[in-house]
Amino acid sequence: MTEFTRPDGSSGLVPTAPTVAGGQPLAPDAGIDTAVGMDPGVDDTAAAGLELKVRSQWSYARMRFFRHRLAVAGLVGLIIIFGAGIFANFVAPYSYAAIDLNNILHPPTTVDKHYFGTDGIGADEFSRVIYGIRTSLEVGVFVAVVSSIFGLIVGAVAGYFGGLLDNLLMRITDLVLTLPALAILLAVTALLGGGSQWTISIILAAFFWTGIARVVRGVFLSLREKEYVEAAKASGAGDARIMFRHILPNTLGPVIVNGTLAVGTAILTEAALSFLGFGIQPPTASLGALVANGQNYPVQWWLTIFPGLLIVLIVLCVNFVGDGLRDALDPQQRRIRA
Amino acid sequence: MPEPILSIKDLVVEFRTEDGVVHAVDGVSYDLFPGEILGIVGESGSGKSVSTLALLGLIPMPPGRIASGTAMFKGRDLLRLKKKELRKVRGNEVAMVFQDPMTSLNPVLTVGRQLGEAIKTHYPDKKDDEVKQRIIELLRLVGVPNPETRYTQFPHEFSGGMRQRAMIAMGIANSPSLLIADEPTTALDVTIQAQVLEVLKRVQHETEAATILITHDLGIVAEMCDRVLVMYAGHIVESGTVEAIFRSPRHPYTIGLMNSLPKLTGDEEWLEPITGAPPSLINLPPGCPFHPRCFLARERCRQENPPLAPVEGSAHQSACHFSEELIGRKSKFSEAVA
Amino acid sequence: MLTYIARRVLYSIPVLFFSTFFSFLFVSYAANPLVSARSNPRLSQHLLNLLIHQNHLDKPVVVRYFYWVEAIFTDKLGKSLITLKPIWPDITRTMGHTAQLIIIAESLAIVIGIAVGIYSAIRQYSLFDYSFTSLSFLGFAMPVFWLALVLQILFVDVYNHWHVRIVYTSGLNTVPGGPAWSVDRLQHLVLPVITLFVVSFALYSRYMRASMLDVINSDYVRTARAKGVRERKVVMRHVFRNALIPITTVAALNIGGLLGGAIVTETVFTLDGMGHYFVLALGQGDTYEVMAYLLVTAVIIILFNLIADIAYGFLDPRIRYD
Repeated sequence: MTEFTRPDGSSGLVPTAPTVAGGQPLAPDAGIDTAVGMDPGVDDTAAAGLELKVRSQWSYARMRFFRHRLAVAGLVGLIIIFGAGIFANFVAPYSYAAIDLNNILHPPTTVDKHYFGTDGIGADEFSRVIYGIRTSLEVGVFVAVVSSIFGLIVGAVAGYFGGLLDNLLMRITDLVLTLPALAILLAVTALLGGGSQWTISIILAAFFWTGIARVVRGVFLSLREKEYVEAAKASGAGDARIMFRHILPNTLGPVIVNGTLAVGTAILTEAALSFLGFGIQPPTASLGALVANGQNYPVQWWLTIFPGLLIVLIVLCVNFVGDGLRDALDPQQRRIRA
Repeated sequence: MPEPILSIKDLVVEFRTEDGVVHAVDGVSYDLFPGEILGIVGESGSGKSVSTLALLGLIPMPPGRIASGTAMFKGRDLLRLKKKELRKVRGNEVAMVFQDPMTSLNPVLTVGRQLGEAIKTHYPDKKDDEVKQRIIELLRLVGVPNPETRYTQFPHEFSGGMRQRAMIAMGIANSPSLLIADEPTTALDVTIQAQVLEVLKRVQHETEAATILITHDLGIVAEMCDRVLVMYAGHIVESGTVEAIFRSPRHPYTIGLMNSLPKLTGDEEWLEPITGAPPSLINLPPGCPFHPRCFLARERCRQENPPLAPVEGSAHQSACHFSEELIGRKSKFSEAVA
Repeated sequence: MLTYIARRVLYSIPVLFFSTFFSFLFVSYAANPLVSARSNPRLSQHLLNLLIHQNHLDKPVVVRYFYWVEAIFTDKLGKSLITLKPIWPDITRTMGHTAQLIIIAESLAIVIGIAVGIYSAIRQYSLFDYSFTSLSFLGFAMPVFWLALVLQILFVDVYNHWHVRIVYTSGLNTVPGGPAWSVDRLQHLVLPVITLFVVSFALYSRYMRASMLDVINSDYVRTARAKGVRERKVVMRHVFRNALIPITTVAALNIGGLLGGAIVTETVFTLDGMGHYFVLALGQGDTYEVMAYLLVTAVIIILFNLIADIAYGFLDPRIRYD
């Protein structure tokens, strides 16, 4: 929203990650450490003069990631949870809509595999949650991927070419960022008719790309003037080549990090929309809708707690992984661990 | 022989990093005499800055550690002073001027206020007016035009050279007996460099402070310093007066350094860089740290670390087993010195 | 400095214009007032014609937008097409309630969040730091509506179990008036405030911590130490002031999230606030009420961005000379 270039050319510290939907902000460090990413082929370390074993960029990043315990835990958690979602048909003991009127509102038990209990129409909550996880996974990944790609393109074009195009694109992203996200999303889904999981995903993606565009643009702006870009130009490289071979690799780091975190935010936003009734409609499962359903039965706590808990777990794991990725992909952070 | 104002013995500074322990300074000893300008020259990672930062306790102590050594200054060991005592020395008897004037000044405070802070910290009873006058005087001394107006300005309103002058003014505000200038001109344009060096010379002449000038630029050493230490991989490899060293360097590294500089008089076919790559400070080779790149290297060099020993029985010292073989060898610059 | 402010203000106006324009276009397209008016059973043909004429519902969208803008000033946001009630009193009433909620929650979040952030940075890697880092992660992962619901259920169960009401779980007031009214209001607001507080707190504490760490390791702090300045003064005068600068932007950006959070919180706790009003209006497809909400929120957000820009200009002298 407000981005400052100081007179001396340095850029101002501005959190580029917006607060979206339902009061759910993105984890901060995505903004404040404006990670520029990696210089291709250069291995910078804090203590200058250190000569480390020559490793490829990616294996070094991988090594750093796995050193991060929380990130690994998050990754494992995601594999388990999303795995359950992907293989829902095998994991879930019942189908989503299986009604059993003899067994309504049963607390969690191991009898009949009703681990999370049953709801008002006797459907198995555990199965519903699993199907809900699958939906969340699909929405989250879709939104993250689509918004990342689109944001990358827009940000690259704006940052590289600058001038009027940049101005125009940035005003548009400004506008989107200025509007109350949840409100607009609600208006869009309510009035356009929500319902389909894919409609919601597209609508969310249409909002999320702005954050990534801003970050990518920042990288392009800062690297555009760097010496090696000038060197490439001097040796006759065309615009496209410069963009792709020299600058783009540096954006991958922040894009990957932001994209990962976007999965979490997308899931939270979709859940909020579905909770309010304007998001994904049944029969497609949604964790948010399940929580809304639980609202009708305050005594049967399992109907509210479990779906919401899964949301928390998923987003927590995603954030851990995102944090680990950020550490792994930004060699310029001077974080020396004890 | 006058008494040294600063006497460092066997200083060892280590850093704990993810990859191992870095020996940034590995057994450094030297003396500094009142009124002289001592140059410390070396590549990045040679330990030249760290050795002086350690004196003022400015090394971040969680990763860093002063493993051993003493630094006697006016009868007290700086390395063993309590925090409170050390604080009284900083900026008062021992002052430091840093490398990058852009980032070394607080952007949100006026220059006058920051310079005033240097005085007020140690003389809190002085009246504001008095302090202001003194600052303006100092600014004038270092050649900042319109010091009265400049006093109320912010760092970003100063040019790079002016900022560095202000830093120097800040350093001498309390008439220190020891001034440490850590690469004061590295971040500046060449023409500005000359001006700032001029200021430094003038200031040193006026205050008669013993000065340590850290740089990687032999040219600056030749112009400014009385004596010089050459550092490599945390060790001092050669020390002596500027004439002695420039006329007849006695360490292969020093020779290599000089040879890699272009000679501005006469013709030169090739530049001769030093072969090999900078050392890893975590995995230093056994024996002499320079031996992998040394043209004199023998078996003994691989096994024994040569101590700093006098050459020709004078104040000129070199840490090389075979420094005698270099006797009679004239450097590129010997005509210039003679 | 004044030019900086003036420029910022001037810039806000077209932003406001464009955001409301596009919102209006969209809302009108999605919930065509002409259609909804025609299908409203409560309207007689005569009233319908009157309505169409008054609100220019038969004119093209762009024209209608400008009539709507006019109505903002002359007719105080006009009337709802469905309930035919004037919008202004509803908006102001609900705005007041939401404001109470948001102001309390955000103030607490800022003060406590900044304090925790500072301490976490100064005592990096301590138990305090690790605990609050973990809590922050939890805060970021928690859906606002779920937290609200969990709190609600918790205290409903408390009441059912022990028949003791510490805090209320829905509505704004139970006691109609008199001296107990304020306390009663607070009791009703406790849970919603906690809900909104949690996420904002996580935000401010993390950002402040990151900002502090960034500044603590900067060169000018090293310079201050090299001058012999006492550590506490270094932190207060050099570190804190610089670290606070990005927080103003964070606070401004957070208002959007707060309003979103308010929507959800008010729905769960059935509070008569703007968010709840908006959700109801959406459910009924009431164009002008929806637009009124979007307008008000857009104004609030733009206003906050403006305030943040100006505050930033005060704190960071480099910006003023843009």
